[in-house]
Amino acid sequence: MTSPVTQGAAQEQPSSQPPTRNAPNARDGQPGLFRLLLKDRFASVAAFILLLVGLTALVGPALMGDLATKQNLLFANKAPFTMAHGWEYFLGSDSLGRSMLARLVVASRTTLSVALPAVAAALLIGSLWGVWAGYHRGWRENVSMRIADVIMSFPSLLLAVVVLYVFSPSAANIVLILALTRIPIYLRTARAESAELQSRTFVDAARTFGAKPNAIIGRHVIPVVLPTLLTLATLEFCYVMLAESSLSFLGIGIQPPDVSWGLMVSQGRQYLQTAWWLSIFPGVAIVITTIAANVLAAWLRIATDPAQRWRLALPRQRLIARIPVKEAQP
Amino acid sequence: MNSAADQATLPRTGPAGVTASQPHDVVLQVSGLAVDIRTHRGTVRAVNGVGFEARAGETLALLGESGCGKSMTAKALAGIMDPVCDLAEGTIVLNGTDLAALTPKERLKFAGPELGIVFQDALTALNPVYTVGTQLGEAFRIHRKLNAKQAKAEAIDLMRRVGIPEPESRVNSYPHQFSGGMRQRILIAMAVALNPRLLIADEPTTALDVTVQAQIMQLLRTLREEGQMAVILITHDLAVVAEEADSVAVMYAGNVVESGPVAEVFADPRHPYTKGLLESVPVNLERGDQLRSIPGSPPELHDIPSGCVYQSRCPLVQDICRAQRPALRPAGRRRADNAAADVDQATSATNDGGTAGRPVRTAACHFSEEITNA
Amino acid sequence: MLTYLRKRIISSALPLVVVVVGVFALARMTGNPASLYLPLNATQQMRDDFTARNGLDQPLLVQMADYFGGVLRLDFGQSLRTGQDAAAMALRAFPATLQLAATTMVLAIILAVIVGCWAALKPNGIADRISSFISMAAASIPDFWLAIVGIWIFAITLGWVPTSGVTGASAWVLPIATLLLRPFGVLVQIVRGSMVSALSEPYIKLARSRGAGELRVVTHHALRNAAAPALTVAGDLTVGLVNGAVVVETIFGWPGIGKLMIDSILQRDFAVLQAAVLLTAVAIFALNILIDMGYALLDARVRPVTVKA
Repeated sequence: MTSPVTQGAAQEQPSSQPPTRNAPNARDGQPGLFRLLLKDRFASVAAFILLLVGLTALVGPALMGDLATKQNLLFANKAPFTMAHGWEYFLGSDSLGRSMLARLVVASRTTLSVALPAVAAALLIGSLWGVWAGYHRGWRENVSMRIADVIMSFPSLLLAVVVLYVFSPSAANIVLILALTRIPIYLRTARAESAELQSRTFVDAARTFGAKPNAIIGRHVIPVVLPTLLTLATLEFCYVMLAESSLSFLGIGIQPPDVSWGLMVSQGRQYLQTAWWLSIFPGVAIVITTIAANVLAAWLRIATDPAQRWRLALPRQRLIARIPVKEAQP
Repeated sequence: MNSAADQATLPRTGPAGVTASQPHDVVLQVSGLAVDIRTHRGTVRAVNGVGFEARAGETLALLGESGCGKSMTAKALAGIMDPVCDLAEGTIVLNGTDLAALTPKERLKFAGPELGIVFQDALTALNPVYTVGTQLGEAFRIHRKLNAKQAKAEAIDLMRRVGIPEPESRVNSYPHQFSGGMRQRILIAMAVALNPRLLIADEPTTALDVTVQAQIMQLLRTLREEGQMAVILITHDLAVVAEEADSVAVMYAGNVVESGPVAEVFADPRHPYTKGLLESVPVNLERGDQLRSIPGSPPELHDIPSGCVYQSRCPLVQDICRAQRPALRPAGRRRADNAAADVDQATSATNDGGTAGRPVRTAACHFSEEITNA
Repeated sequence: MLTYLRKRIISSALPLVVVVVGVFALARMTGNPASLYLPLNATQQMRDDFTARNGLDQPLLVQMADYFGGVLRLDFGQSLRTGQDAAAMALRAFPATLQLAATTMVLAIILAVIVGCWAALKPNGIADRISSFISMAAASIPDFWLAIVGIWIFAITLGWVPTSGVTGASAWVLPIATLLLRPFGVLVQIVRGSMVSALSEPYIKLARSRGAGELRVVTHHALRNAAAPALTVAGDLTVGLVNGAVVVETIFGWPGIGKLMIDSILQRDFAVLQAAVLLTAVAIFALNILIDMGYALLDARVRPVTVKA
């Protein structure tokens, strides 16, 4: 699997310094990427934050026990940043005296358990579909692109609103609708890249050997397209998280007694005058996570591009916020 | 080897045949021009100590391979260098004003009325979203403060001057609606709009097919004679130089290695690079004969040797070539006339009223006298 | 121009048709409206009457024809909440949203052009940093949270602006600021990027060689070329703006179409939701056509008729 892939990636890099490895090969690739990551301060911090959020969502709720649901009216609406009421009230408490910290930790699991499957589903379906459409061209491509156009030309929030009106707003339905509305993003990107690749010499070479289309797609197209799509998925993670939060905030997403960060902002809204932290903290949690994902996506975009990778080797690197603007592919 | 020289001595319409007659006024005098490029690997010098002069009604050719700095020189003259490039040293005296000493804002006054430039690729050089009339008229709007209607009338005039049919209707067309040759004519019209004293043509015919090339060169010649412009023709085409130019400056790796009247330089090259270039032109070859070329390739810009720039490819290379870079010195048959004159004195002498005759032959080679020409 | 326009209208109408059919299908999926519209203790006779009166006993195709007929006459039935005509309610709410969206878009474009051009002319300068920061913020900050932070700081703590409603100019500040963030963040990056590439084009050099000054180069030559890529994302931006409007209108109590949609969802008022969704879809459709026309005006190359010399 390595040789045609490296060849393909090597074609993409015009003249820059020879990178240590060309292809995004999972086995021997990780150390190289990891070392590059450590060199970039912003990207390392971002990766660390994301790791922390992931760990919190994974093991946090178990550690918190019933703290998130335990009501204690004695400690209602306690202000944050004081250890006077014990560590669990360091971030304050809500009107029922529940620990903010514990609720944030529990909510992180809900938030991630919607965002991650939605991104994964959209990535999987959209990429495979796009690669397939781009490889075969012709009517398959046309029909796919029209479908993508139709989905994209309608506000995703409205689509979600209508669907969640008809079906009940459960977590599974939210995942479904978010995945559906984001499939076109991967579809368009994967199609464009795959259409470009299928005319390359190394794909022609595979064809002359008698390789079947699906084998060529799996061996020669997908490995080359994957880094781009993974970068896109990191960026999409932000979008999906924000979308879930918006839906929950509007009352058509996650429903109580479950709790997500977006829902917490919504619930705290009526106490804005008396207990600002109820709305502000969950929002800060969202912002920190999305900024981390954005920074990492910006770094990934450069790190996985052999032609641009030398930039990361430079000592003075200001990588913050070169947001890749999503290009409107026709 | 013979053909280039033969071509150069053929009788022609251009004023190259006036070698012995009264020389024209010097319009542009460039000396010691140096351009630096800032790259992520440090600063490199793309043009180094280039000097030449252009005279009214005559054509000076800057000849060289791609990457030798000839286009960079042209952009430096016109003041339209890329942001990563700096004019490091030198003077660009155009009609008595040193352009190199002016601020970018002050230079704008000269861009158009004094100096025009023609690019190689007319499609990218024309703004796709405006009609050619708008773009042709812009110079008049900027420098003569004409209104839109007057500017359009001037644009139609210009289009007629450069031989575009039906200018009244074509003036409202967009660049993509013209053929390549017509686009190049428009580009030339734009450059000569305000009758500049100096026209820089940066490979004006490279992107065109051969028949159109001849028409465009004919147009440039006509315009030069009408307006008594000095033309700097940048090209890598030896035939074009022999055909069109009065004098030539051969560039290699950012340096002028030889200059002088075309006929003399081509007949009797005094630099091994010029000689190699001329010998690489296939002349009277039988089918199956070996084509000649200069072995090797020019040095990378960040890797130019400290001695002679041509040392790595030169057949005559000696120790002194590696140790010391040869200066541009008078050379060739007419050397005796300027025997004692250093090149600086020679050019400064020609500066006042052109009394010193034709431009001197110069070459930058330690062994220019030892080059034998069959 | 006309054939071009016709082609664009047909291709843009496809999503519109899909929306209409989709809404119809969803309307069927919500179950028999009788259970929604009639009291719980309604008799079977009453149910049958209702079904017959609303044509629900007809074959599906007839129902669909009826439905499309109704859509064309803007007849979406009555609101369950108020008993008013659903289409009239949607149309009444529409101008408020349009005002908000149009103001935001105009501001976003003006600001993005100024900051984006400035950033392109001076890479790593102040404007470049501002545009980077805003883009990052636009991609990371949830708009509802930004609105709430705005209310907390400027309405509650400082008391400069009202927390909600449409009374007076100051009520516009927070909604527009919230709505502005995303389109501005996207546009400024696009303007910056396309200005950088436009400014390095040979025709810019040629314009300079004609004596065009910095201001003229930017406003006359680069900006118009840079506008085309910005216009191509305008469609996506408007779609995003509708998303934002739903959130912002809900938070600030703005009586627009977004708030109407959320309200009708929470109160299960399907007729109104349907009218509002379709109206929004039509508005987006019309805007896409306008954008296409603008594109053709801006750049002669996409116009279909070309005359070769």
